[in-house]
Amino acid sequence: MHDKTVTQLAAALKSGEFSSRELTSHFLQRIEQADGTLNSFITVTAEQALNQADVADQARAAGNAGALAGIPLALKDIFCTHGVKTTCGSKMLDNFIAPYDATVVEKLSAAGTISLGKTNMDEFAMGSSNENSYFGAVKNPWDLSAVPGGSSGGSAAAVAAGLVPAAMGTDTGGSIRQPAAFCGITGLKPTYGRVSRYGIIAYASSLDQAGPMARSAEDCAHLLNVIAGHDVRDSTSVARGVPDYTETLNAPLSGLKIGLPKEYFGDGLDPEVEKAVREAVKVYESLGATVREVSLPHTHYAIPAYYVIAPAEASSNLSRYDGVRFGHRCDAPADLIDLYTRSRAEGFGEEVKRRILIGTHTLSEGFFDAYYTKAQKVRRLIRQDFLDAFEDVDVLMGPASPTPAFDLGAKKDPVSMYLQDIYTIAVNLAGIPGISVPAGFAGGRPIGLQILGTHFAEAQLLNVAHQFQQATDWHLKRPAFAEENA
Amino acid sequence: MALEDSHVRRAAHLARLAVSDDQASGFVDDLSRILDMVDQLQSVDTEGVVPLAHPLDATQRLRADEVTETNQRDNFQRCAPAVEEGLYLVPRVVE
Repeated sequence: MHDKTVTQLAAALKSGEFSSRELTSHFLQRIEQADGTLNSFITVTAEQALNQADVADQARAAGNAGALAGIPLALKDIFCTHGVKTTCGSKMLDNFIAPYDATVVEKLSAAGTISLGKTNMDEFAMGSSNENSYFGAVKNPWDLSAVPGGSSGGSAAAVAAGLVPAAMGTDTGGSIRQPAAFCGITGLKPTYGRVSRYGIIAYASSLDQAGPMARSAEDCAHLLNVIAGHDVRDSTSVARGVPDYTETLNAPLSGLKIGLPKEYFGDGLDPEVEKAVREAVKVYESLGATVREVSLPHTHYAIPAYYVIAPAEASSNLSRYDGVRFGHRCDAPADLIDLYTRSRAEGFGEEVKRRILIGTHTLSEGFFDAYYTKAQKVRRLIRQDFLDAFEDVDVLMGPASPTPAFDLGAKKDPVSMYLQDIYTIAVNLAGIPGISVPAGFAGGRPIGLQILGTHFAEAQLLNVAHQFQQATDWHLKRPAFAEENA
Repeated sequence: MALEDSHVRRAAHLARLAVSDDQASGFVDDLSRILDMVDQLQSVDTEGVVPLAHPLDATQRLRADEVTETNQRDNFQRCAPAVEEGLYLVPRVVE
């Protein structure tokens, strides 16, 4: 069962090949056997999952089951889930039982899908390796000495290891696409505002976006159909119709114009990653696409702009963790200031503190214009680069990450870690959608091809990714760990 | 812009974050490296460029001024560290 995609599992449930209870039990057993090694889950909700499976089976028997009813999924532990611990990978929220469901969770439940639990992540989604979690690092199922990528590393590792057929992640600077690339799965970051952020614990509000992580673009299309759409509870969600993302998956690619940003193929790019990406582009040429070089001249400034804007927004969002209404509280506070400062010092990890401090500093009197206003101006130039490029081409292609997954503990310096997101981060600043699909291996570690489109071009991205997956089998490869340890 | 110990202490104070002396020196090093990287922004010509706060250039929507939520105080206070009679308990602030 665990070798099937969501699409195949949905067909098998529909035909009665097995029940949702049998399917759910199978994945729960795999989690129990393998996750002691991977550490991809923070919380497993076995009993609740089996109850939901029974409800889905009953609905199917009564003829009321939707397309994805009875399919098990997992949720990054950043999505609030009613009655279930929601930690965001932090000691600060280790005791937090969410009193409501995020809109994404509500929509997935209404579609009859089953949550197996909450996946591990970098604390408050701050990281590119999943080594910043209070609950320990996640290991990459392709190579247990490697990171799975961050911050949705738990979701990516769990899908790659066959512990769950698909999972939800969030992407603020590449946190769906980079772990998808490192773990050899498919991950989609939709356009900013396409999916509601209500009930998703905020990191950087103008950048955060939820999206699906699965084995194929087709699976991502099915999941996006469920989670996309306007939400009156999120004033940044976009009031715009949602197409059926599965309808256009098989549209032919003849005439597709692909742009290769020259800035994505320069210094720092691993030669094997470049080779794999260029081979993938040749596949597209064989499918009738044309390729040309384009330029995104402000690419070099995306990481500096992000590391002003994201920490600034984070320092504001994380001010709510004060030890008063929820979250960690220090023992025996002497006064109110002691309560705030010690609760926050004890509850937050090092990377979170670093970003709160940098954000607070850049927003403070005397520094605001030099840093924050300047970064927001550069952000507009970065977005304009993309809009100009999409005047000439339909999609952009390049690597999702400059290297395959690196070793656990290999990057001690924060700036060197930040540079890992060089090809993903500008996408969030511009708000456009992006998808990473498996496109090869280097030293046994997966490589991701990143495909970018203009705002609300998710259907086109999924079509372009799906056609690649019809022509290649990179997305069908499985790590040996998936069979040896479960 | 060089970062000094006083900047880190000021930011920690503004952020209500307790930072020990040892931690402060480590943060000065880390934050200095980050700000060195961020300072590359100063070389970009942004004359006449309007800052972009929302990636879709959208403005905040307004909704009708109507009560839409019900009182869920008990529900929300279940996850509070200390409550009494519907109030959040904190150390005494008025003598």
